[in-house]
Amino acid sequence: MSVTAPPQPPRAAKPVVRPGDRIFAGTARVAALTIMLALAGVFVFLALEGYPGLSAPERIYAPATDFWSYVGPLVFGTILAACVALVIAVPFSIGVALFISHYAPPRVAVPIAYVIDLLAAVPSVVYGLWGGLALAPATRPLIDWLYDNLSFIPFFAGPPSVTGRTMLTAGIVLAIMVVPITTAISREVFAQTPRLHEEAAMALGATRWEMIRLAVFPYARSGVISAVMLGLGRALGETMAVAMVLSATPVVTLNLISNSNPATIASNIASNYKEATPDKQAVLIATGLVLFAVTFVVNFAARWVISRGERNLTR
Amino acid sequence: MSTSTPLEPDTFAITADLAQPRLPAWAVLLDVVLAAGVAGLLTLLLGWSPYAGLVLAIVLAALGMPLWSLLVEGRRAAADRLATSVVWASFGVVLVPLVWLIWLVVKNGIGVINSEFLSYDMRNVIGEGGGIYHALWGTILITLAAAIISIPIGLFTAIYLVEYGRGSRLARVTTFLVDVMTGIPSIVAGLFALSLFVLIFGPAIRIGFGGAVALSLLMIPTVVRSSEEMLRLVPSDLREASYALGIPKWRTIVKVVLPTALGGIITGIVLAVSRVIGETAPLLVVAGATDTVNFNLFNGRMTTLPVYIFQQYSQPGIVGPAGGDPPGYARAWGAALVLIAIVMVLNLVARIIGTYFAPKTERRR
Repeated sequence: MSVTAPPQPPRAAKPVVRPGDRIFAGTARVAALTIMLALAGVFVFLALEGYPGLSAPERIYAPATDFWSYVGPLVFGTILAACVALVIAVPFSIGVALFISHYAPPRVAVPIAYVIDLLAAVPSVVYGLWGGLALAPATRPLIDWLYDNLSFIPFFAGPPSVTGRTMLTAGIVLAIMVVPITTAISREVFAQTPRLHEEAAMALGATRWEMIRLAVFPYARSGVISAVMLGLGRALGETMAVAMVLSATPVVTLNLISNSNPATIASNIASNYKEATPDKQAVLIATGLVLFAVTFVVNFAARWVISRGERNLTR
Repeated sequence: MSTSTPLEPDTFAITADLAQPRLPAWAVLLDVVLAAGVAGLLTLLLGWSPYAGLVLAIVLAALGMPLWSLLVEGRRAAADRLATSVVWASFGVVLVPLVWLIWLVVKNGIGVINSEFLSYDMRNVIGEGGGIYHALWGTILITLAAAIISIPIGLFTAIYLVEYGRGSRLARVTTFLVDVMTGIPSIVAGLFALSLFVLIFGPAIRIGFGGAVALSLLMIPTVVRSSEEMLRLVPSDLREASYALGIPKWRTIVKVVLPTALGGIITGIVLAVSRVIGETAPLLVVAGATDTVNFNLFNGRMTTLPVYIFQQYSQPGIVGPAGGDPPGYARAWGAALVLIAIVMVLNLVARIIGTYFAPKTERRR
């Protein structure tokens, strides 16, 4: 029996506290505290080891000169890759989530949801292998077509890469990894739409699409937004797929289809960990701290949107 | 209305007026067949690639139905048909990469796997040959160590959240932190383990146990989440019956609550293992890579299957005199097939355990 628990009717009748109880409750509490400690440890140790990386000798940062000009293009690359991934992934996720929750025959909806979950189970390194060896060459015609017809848009300014290992390919691979996450959450939110709202819309003569627009989307908006942000968190932190698809140069460019692409923070760490002199290692850890901060903010915002949405619904 | 008899014919007239012509059910089938036929014909006549033909067929089918519907049924029905085709098409498109990837891995991997591939390491291998023996052992040992660290912590945290900490400040904070932990990028977990061990042992340290620590950081939130959910499903009648018999709370948890939720908890743990077993980045950073078998978690570098795939991909070796792909690519595909097989088997086992034990706890569904 927990010592501080407020008196709940069935339990308050048992005031005896045995040593076994005390040990067990203590262990459980210690486990909870361990989690707090571990998370604090992530911050503390990254800060301790990364701090020297903020002011390492200039040659470590080559070709940049100080930490912020070193990490700048990386942050840009991270955000660009994540944005490309989201632009591709979000429409598909919403489509698939609607398919599972409202369009597919009920008997096949469950297996289909399982198949989409399988996409999440495939290890990221296998996606990277597939992206580098199969998808990249396959995007060649697409890249050439984009360059021929749409090169006035800065994203497709070219010249087109011959290998296909471009930011666009990395974005597609990331999108495939994001789809299961956003789909799973959106699907749950769509399925929670009150049945009465849907039936009321249908009874008023709405078609299925009008019912979805009038009853499902307004209800699910905050849930879908938070799903997108959790997907963004995943896309920001994904390492291997990007490291295996992109051959990176430290540039800042919106060009998605050329040979020179900015690396992301995570892929930069993965491809440079080997030449880890202590100085370089500190710099890499410092960039990792930046990545942690960015994903933390994104995830925090997503949770906030979820909790606000839940409050709105209960009202 | 009290005088309803004269109204009835009128109602029929009104509905007949409002009702619009509907396309029959077979119209969809006809649309798909027509689109496929037109696209196939164009592809054959103009000599396009089959992929372009497939894309054209999908686009034609997706646009043809709404257009037809617009002519016959009106604007609103056409919008509905358009939405339906878009939703179906997006589902079909999402399946493409999954099928493509699994087909490629199986096709390229199946020829590589033989007894030599499974029982040799990469020591002194320059051209072809070699295998994944060392990576298999690395994966098993590191994942096992990660599970040994994270299962007790995760399970006890879940017990705290459900049984002891109801509404307390520590419970709220812990729930929030678990949410935060779910979002930690895997490479940050690796860097954390690296900086922890670097601080203790000096900057050149690379040990398998560090990888286990990093993986457990990724595994704990999944274990906590799933176990917490399962513990909450245990009916409180069971607990109260046990209390009424004078059983202490901790024995109630051990003998009544945990066994009832056991199936769900094991499912969650297996899923968590299958999630971390494919992690590459943290192990690359903290466990390093090696070509030989290493059974000691606490001394020296250790390779796991995902890291092995990355290694073979980034340093594939020299193309032999016969040409073709460098030998590393074949080994990477083979290892990818083994890894995917492991992950799928774990997922399947989790599902089976889940459905086998489910009726005890979730009778309502």
